[in-house]
Amino acid sequence: MSAPADPILAVEHLSMRFGGLVAVDDLSFAAERGHITALIGPNGAGKTTVFNCITGFYHASVGMIRLAHTDGTTYLLERLLDFRIAKLARVARTFQNIRLFAGMTVLENLLIAQHNPLMKASGFTMLGLLGLPIYRTAEAAAVDKAKYWLDRVGLMRRADDPAGDLPYGEQRRIEIARAMCTDPVLLCLDEPAAGLNPRESAELNELLLGMRAEHNTSILLIEHDMSVVMGISDRVVVLDYGVKIFDGTPTDVRNDPKVIAAYLGVEDEEVEQAEAEVGL
Amino acid sequence: MSNAADIPARPAFDLLGALKSAAVTAVVAFGLFSLLIGVRTDQGPTGALELTPRLGALGVIVAIAFIGGFVRALFAGEPIDFAGRVPNGLKAATALVGRYFGFALLAFAVAEPVLFYHNRYFLDLGIQVLTYVMLGWGLNIVVGLAGLLDLGYVAFYAVGAYSYALLAQNFGWSFWICLPLAGFLAACWGVMLGFPVLRLRGDYLAIVTLAFGEIIRLILINWQSLTGGPNGISGIPRPSFFGIPFVDEENGFAATFGLEYSPSQRTVFLYYLILVLALLTNWVTLRLRRLPIGRAWEALREDEIACRSLGINTTTTKLTAFAMGAMFGGIAGSFFATRQGFISPESFTFSESALVLAIVVLGGMGSQLGVAVAASVMLVAFELFREFSQYRMLVFGLAMVLIMIWRPRGLVATRTPSVFLGRPKEVPAEIVAEARQ
Amino acid sequence: MEYFCQQLINGLALGSIYGLIAIGYTMVYGIIGMINFAHGDIFMVGAFTALIAFLALVAIGVTAIPLALFLVLLIAMALSALYGQVVERIAYRPLRHSFRLAPLISAIGMSIILQNYVQVAQGARVKPLPPLIQGGYTLLQSETFPVQVSNIQIIIMVTTVVLMAVFSWLVANTRLGRDMRACEQDLKMAALVGVDTDRTISLTFVVGAALAAVAGLMYLLYYGVIDFFIGFVAGVKAFTAAVLGGIGSLPGAMLGGLLIGLIETFWSAYFSIEYKDVAAFSILVIVLIFLPTGILGRPEIEKV
Repeated sequence: MSAPADPILAVEHLSMRFGGLVAVDDLSFAAERGHITALIGPNGAGKTTVFNCITGFYHASVGMIRLAHTDGTTYLLERLLDFRIAKLARVARTFQNIRLFAGMTVLENLLIAQHNPLMKASGFTMLGLLGLPIYRTAEAAAVDKAKYWLDRVGLMRRADDPAGDLPYGEQRRIEIARAMCTDPVLLCLDEPAAGLNPRESAELNELLLGMRAEHNTSILLIEHDMSVVMGISDRVVVLDYGVKIFDGTPTDVRNDPKVIAAYLGVEDEEVEQAEAEVGL
Repeated sequence: MSNAADIPARPAFDLLGALKSAAVTAVVAFGLFSLLIGVRTDQGPTGALELTPRLGALGVIVAIAFIGGFVRALFAGEPIDFAGRVPNGLKAATALVGRYFGFALLAFAVAEPVLFYHNRYFLDLGIQVLTYVMLGWGLNIVVGLAGLLDLGYVAFYAVGAYSYALLAQNFGWSFWICLPLAGFLAACWGVMLGFPVLRLRGDYLAIVTLAFGEIIRLILINWQSLTGGPNGISGIPRPSFFGIPFVDEENGFAATFGLEYSPSQRTVFLYYLILVLALLTNWVTLRLRRLPIGRAWEALREDEIACRSLGINTTTTKLTAFAMGAMFGGIAGSFFATRQGFISPESFTFSESALVLAIVVLGGMGSQLGVAVAASVMLVAFELFREFSQYRMLVFGLAMVLIMIWRPRGLVATRTPSVFLGRPKEVPAEIVAEARQ
Repeated sequence: MEYFCQQLINGLALGSIYGLIAIGYTMVYGIIGMINFAHGDIFMVGAFTALIAFLALVAIGVTAIPLALFLVLLIAMALSALYGQVVERIAYRPLRHSFRLAPLISAIGMSIILQNYVQVAQGARVKPLPPLIQGGYTLLQSETFPVQVSNIQIIIMVTTVVLMAVFSWLVANTRLGRDMRACEQDLKMAALVGVDTDRTISLTFVVGAALAAVAGLMYLLYYGVIDFFIGFVAGVKAFTAAVLGGIGSLPGAMLGGLLIGLIETFWSAYFSIEYKDVAAFSILVIVLIFLPTGILGRPEIEKV
């Protein structure tokens, strides 16, 4: 598969070192705008580390991460502070261990996602404090947007429930809805199908495909569930021990020998051959 | 459906085990208290220490420990379900009372000076309670809403008080100018203090704020030329009724309004002043809770990392909380200065910070009403214990530990959401996460 | 020059005392991530216990000072260990799974309890003790300022070195030490592989308290006067030492203690003595802002 024509995200020579441990080694790939790119690999391959570098929670040791908006502005994500990546570059993410605000209601969760536009509308609190209508209209619009996304994930009836009360699958969907309330151009999903049963996974597929179709959101996802990966991705990047071993279409990835070796291992003879080559 | 055979037989009281447990408790108590209570040291006529045995006291304490250990071991297997024993009717009644309790409390607060007009003691007590209610509401923004552990709140109280005193004495400005100015200075101080430290993790932030509080106090004691050192500042101008002084003269308040002069008039004015200031703190907090900044504070308390991933600038959010808390603390300090007429570093020790923190934690989960009730209860209890001033702080410490063990979430164990589509559902305290790392 | 050397010796002696207290802070923080606010007051209780035990022993006829001090050391360590154990059981263990603020508030409450308990039981006045260990050696003879090291300073430093050696051996080579290190790395996993975590945590508190008691005895002998409030300031300074050296690191705690002792002594000697506590508190603030992992600590990576 050739390089993307209009990459929204370009990762170049990314390396992440923790002391002596190299978690990600010289990784380069690009994600096409409006496409769904999947990042897969066995456990410990460094996928979440890559995510954390892209979304600003880790400071990459080496490399460049470039995000390009449609209007031409580019952001170098390895240099931006974490909250600025969400605020300016409009990159949203979800977490492997769901991080909802458990003690706040679902609706509040979705409103907090719209913090920045609401802050501006409230005149950095001053206008809001005085009760001026400009803030009230902005808040009503924000609630409408929250209702829209609640409807899309099918959880409108849970709007006033504390987020911590929801079952696991619903919490995952709320986390995605919350991320979408920030109006991102790139949505990074960290194992969105983890813990979902096949029916829920199919619903997730539908949701993500719908988001891509209606909002042209580019999606980057880490996933282990192959039904999701194969079902919706346009491009698959495979990592193993921090190194990229495949970059191409879902159909091709199935038959790539290196990928198979990474997941399933190799025959004993091949191991002996490799050892002999290396000189062990 | 269970039948009689399924219900387990009530276990027989294990007397022997309880006795053993009691004996262990008694031995431990003996070990702990043998030297420190069993023997009393005092300086004798020569200056050297003399010992006085107090075996009686020691014996009593060991006996109490024995009995306590016995009782505890006896009932260890059956936790007493207080909540379950309350009849449903009573529960419903208390819930009803709870909803209107806030209004009742407010009504009482407004009427208090009228009720106790001739009782100077109650007027002063009321002023003290309201001062701590305001301090509690101020710290509530920092600790209760934003979840930032501040152990040095007294520093802002002190900055407000000393700023007011110095401004009023040196520039002669009126109370109405000095008060907001002092609050502003305290807020600036809060920003300066907060900026370098707010990225620290929970416990570390607590200790750093504690250190700041102590540094301020030590500077106040030692910088004699500015602050008067341990003697403090006296002769702070008292407030006037919008320019009309509270004196027994022709141009005084009493004469102007055709009333008989009474020293209580100034006290009543002070009372309503602190009431207004406290209510202002409350109003601002409630409004802010419904604005994006307030929601961001509560989200920050829940999960800072999630906040950052949503584009919230956690540093400025924390600084805002800190500055607001500092401002209200400073305003309370100014009021304190003008009410007393005299301030000294003695009033601004770590115990004050601990007391206000205890009020906020006891009140529970950022609840305004809870904080008000907690402040009232604590201050009144302190007053009642005034005769036993020696034991007062001991009981206070004990209460702090016991409350943490039995009801760590405080009095008000639920959280009201700030926005809702249908009916607001109270969030029980157990779900509200605290500073998830 | 001579003045400098003298301050150096003074600083090292004072720093040893802080180091012994700091070990308690750093061990507890390392194992359960909690600042034991009441630890400084355990030090104070240890000092009082030592004082009373000594006076009691003298009263019943044990007049040989070295023997009396030895017995006092044992008694103070044993009773302080008991205090540490009881405090942990009552105030911290029930709150181990509660929210973050809870153990801290409980610890503050415990600190208030201990201070006021001693104040009520023994009175608020200071308690003096005539100097028991007298004499010393002159290291540098000089007309302007002879450099001397007193016997008590030697005893403090030697005791500290011996205790550090014993303790490091304990942590490295015994079963208990291994359990402590395991709990420090990963409490849940340690429990899963069969370590009795409750007991290990209790023993951590106990050992920390015993060392604080030794510090208390040293303080008593060095300064000759104690009161119920010494725990607060010494506690904050010792915590500063633990953070400066790297929280969770034992040699770090001792190193931090020595540094704080030296800084405080030199500050008092060369600048101003009134502000010496401000210097210590300020160091805490500076270290936490610029070097939160301390000198010998390990940097922590945020797990997302």
